[in-house]
Amino acid sequence: MRWLMGLAALGGVLLAGCGAPEDQDSAAAFASRYTAAPSAPLLIRGATVLTGAGERLDNTDVLVIDGKIERVGEDLSAPRDARIVDAAGRYVTPGIIDVHSHLGVYASPGVDAHSDGNEATSPNTSEVWAEHSVWPQDPGFATALAGGVTTMQILPGSANLFGGRSVTVKNVFARTVNEMKFPGAPHGLKMACGENPKRVYGSRGSAPSTRMGNMAGYRKAWIAASQYRDKRQAALDGQGEMPDRDLALETLADVLDGEILVHNHCYRADEMAAMIELSREFDYQITAFHHAVESYKIADLLATNNICSALWADWWGFKMEAYDGIVENVAFVDAANACAIVHSDSDIDIQRLNQEAAKAMAAGRRAGLEISEAHALRWITSNAAKALGIDDQTGTIRVGLNADLVIWDRTPFSVYSQAQQVYIDGVLMYDRNDSDFQPVTDFALGRVSAPGGMQ
Amino acid sequence: MKYGHRTLLFVLVGLSCAMAHAEVTVIVGGTVHTMSDAGTLQDATVVMEDGQISAVRRGRYVPDGATVIEADGKVVTPGLFAARSQLGLVEVNAVAGTVDGGQQGDRYTAAFDVADSFNPDSSLLAVNRVAGVTRAVIVPSPAWGAEQPSAVFSGSAAVVHLGGDDDFLAVRKAAVVAHIGETGGYLAGGSRSAALLSLTEALEDAIDYKAHRDAYDAGARRAYSVSKADLEALQSVISGETPLMLSAHRASDIRVAIDLADRFGLRLILVGGAEAWKHADRLAASNTTVINSPQSNLPSGFDQLAASLSNARALSEAGVRVLIADGSSHNARNLTQLAGNAVAHGLPWQDGLAAITSAPAEALGLGDKFGKLATGMVADVVVWDGDPLEVTAHPVAVFVEGERVPSESRQSLLRDRYQALDDARPPAYRNR
Repeated sequence: MRWLMGLAALGGVLLAGCGAPEDQDSAAAFASRYTAAPSAPLLIRGATVLTGAGERLDNTDVLVIDGKIERVGEDLSAPRDARIVDAAGRYVTPGIIDVHSHLGVYASPGVDAHSDGNEATSPNTSEVWAEHSVWPQDPGFATALAGGVTTMQILPGSANLFGGRSVTVKNVFARTVNEMKFPGAPHGLKMACGENPKRVYGSRGSAPSTRMGNMAGYRKAWIAASQYRDKRQAALDGQGEMPDRDLALETLADVLDGEILVHNHCYRADEMAAMIELSREFDYQITAFHHAVESYKIADLLATNNICSALWADWWGFKMEAYDGIVENVAFVDAANACAIVHSDSDIDIQRLNQEAAKAMAAGRRAGLEISEAHALRWITSNAAKALGIDDQTGTIRVGLNADLVIWDRTPFSVYSQAQQVYIDGVLMYDRNDSDFQPVTDFALGRVSAPGGMQ
Repeated sequence: MKYGHRTLLFVLVGLSCAMAHAEVTVIVGGTVHTMSDAGTLQDATVVMEDGQISAVRRGRYVPDGATVIEADGKVVTPGLFAARSQLGLVEVNAVAGTVDGGQQGDRYTAAFDVADSFNPDSSLLAVNRVAGVTRAVIVPSPAWGAEQPSAVFSGSAAVVHLGGDDDFLAVRKAAVVAHIGETGGYLAGGSRSAALLSLTEALEDAIDYKAHRDAYDAGARRAYSVSKADLEALQSVISGETPLMLSAHRASDIRVAIDLADRFGLRLILVGGAEAWKHADRLAASNTTVINSPQSNLPSGFDQLAASLSNARALSEAGVRVLIADGSSHNARNLTQLAGNAVAHGLPWQDGLAAITSAPAEALGLGDKFGKLATGMVADVVVWDGDPLEVTAHPVAVFVEGERVPSESRQSLLRDRYQALDDARPPAYRNR
């Protein structure tokens, strides 16, 4: 089934069945082995709720039962055994979602031995899976949690045209990555445009060394993948033999079948347009362009093609293809009714995506756009969930969805705002005022920090 | 900013505030954070004249002929002072020809002077000054990626303004930059000890050279570890006049830095100092300044295992002068966000603002010229639409040496070109 952003947004039900097949069966290899801990009912009272879907609800209660949002409204009554949190004067948002993280694959400390994000040995490494590099003990998971991040996509790096499969995880503390994997979340495929692949391979005297070489590399791979997919489909239809297993082609064929979402690192407007042409040639959907500092130049094209832009608020100039970055990028993409997302690509900025969204919002307002905080919150919640194919589970405060929630001491669109409590599936994972709920990874154990600590 | 020229004019024509062509600008009605003993003044007036602040006073005061900036409900601060950056030394990091902030090898050490590379036409200057950054310390960077051991001194820093003209240089050799700890060890060939030895040797050589210049020039003195130019550059460091900006993170490295400064009588500015909070009292006792990166809370390396968001607060509480800067150049404009985050983690708000305005000036011995709103100070001033440390705040007016800078940058031009995607003209024919 093809995964189409626009339709998913309209229907909200089309994603059912889109999850990668292995997640449907927990006995399968590499499946999600996450289960939420049991939790008592939770009633958060009297908060300003920013739903993540664009609404702001004042003086509102959120009731959570069995890890799901049961009710949202005024003066809700709590079940007898409920934990009650008075959130008067506070803000409640969905858990923050980062669609672009390298936590675990470029873990702290940043030593060579932790450099597990780029299999930079061939321009097409569609066969590698980021989850096979993720170190669950990366101290960055804990600090991201303190910033309200409940879900993230961990991607391979951008050295290759095809970097491999991404994984979407819950920001929970487990001994294995499988216990972090977000149930039902489709895999992503990391693709990369531009300078990185051509630099990495060109400097070795091998292809690609130019942008046209990049394009040729993608096309060759998609031709092979199309043939593989057709053979595989024919075999399933009783026509001929199943092709030999090929991990790289499996990944690409799954993209063509709409089961893996394309997350494409791409900065320049003209290159994004070329990638859209490529997707037309091989009939696949690009879910999101990542980094995309020039999305504002083609926001209309991105809207027409239902492609999200996952963006920094203000990074620019560190390389040629990032030279035209502007702080209005997020707001302009949003104003064109294209899907805008604020991402981090950083173990530091992931801790304050709320501030990054605030900067992007403020820049849009200065350019004359009307953008409410409730609306801007979509950039780090529901739009992000959509791009990860999990908006039927998280990213919005809505009845039936996972109770991934953050209680902030004030509007999250402030530099002074701090997450007070963070819940994942209704379970309290972080509490700023209770050290029993401040996780410390194995690596950080015994490295006693200053009062207040890393978090 | 033609500052010298107008100063001369100012002296010649006398001191009248009402001089018709004295280019007087007043900012009236704002909340003025003077960063001086005068504190914060509500509904105050800042008078700028000939590139300097000629008065800061309560109430509304508009001399005849003055240009008036209404700042009701606005916040007025000194211009932001980036305590370390490579503004004007880099245009695009990945384009080698545009990067002049560092060099490899050990042919030049302390003498390597970034002021000579500064480009006042760099697009980074306007991008950052429209966001309130008016002045910066530009620092040389260590020789990352060098194939052979390189100098632990990366060179001399300078103070510049961001006004974008040829008169950019405020102070040459404002500090000398060096590295110990993990970075120093990397540069020196693999060990912290080698870095310290290299540093100590150069300082001792500089002292010996000072006493035997003639003999050295006559070839009658022992060989030194660094060149004559470097020995000269180190003279003001060993005299305690010019600060040594020394990077170190690990607590043990910081202790070494303090001891080194004590032994040679150096004015120490500790750069980074991820674990500085562990030695907060010693840093205070030794009058060491710390340039803090408030967001650095991860054990990015084994020298930063105790990195903490509370670092700035702990240092400030102990009485250490804290500057805030993370070394960013393209986004030096995020100094306010950095300071805001330090405040969110316990640094008093005034200290947060000082860390990006007055404290950098004071740490470099320039506190009588920059970083405060007071009579006689250089008129680097910003009028903000709200709390300057807030991520949603932005300047409504920025002055560099008394001149209002246009609210235009390469980024604003791109913004204006592409905001209306339905413009029938191709982008290249829109605003130019």
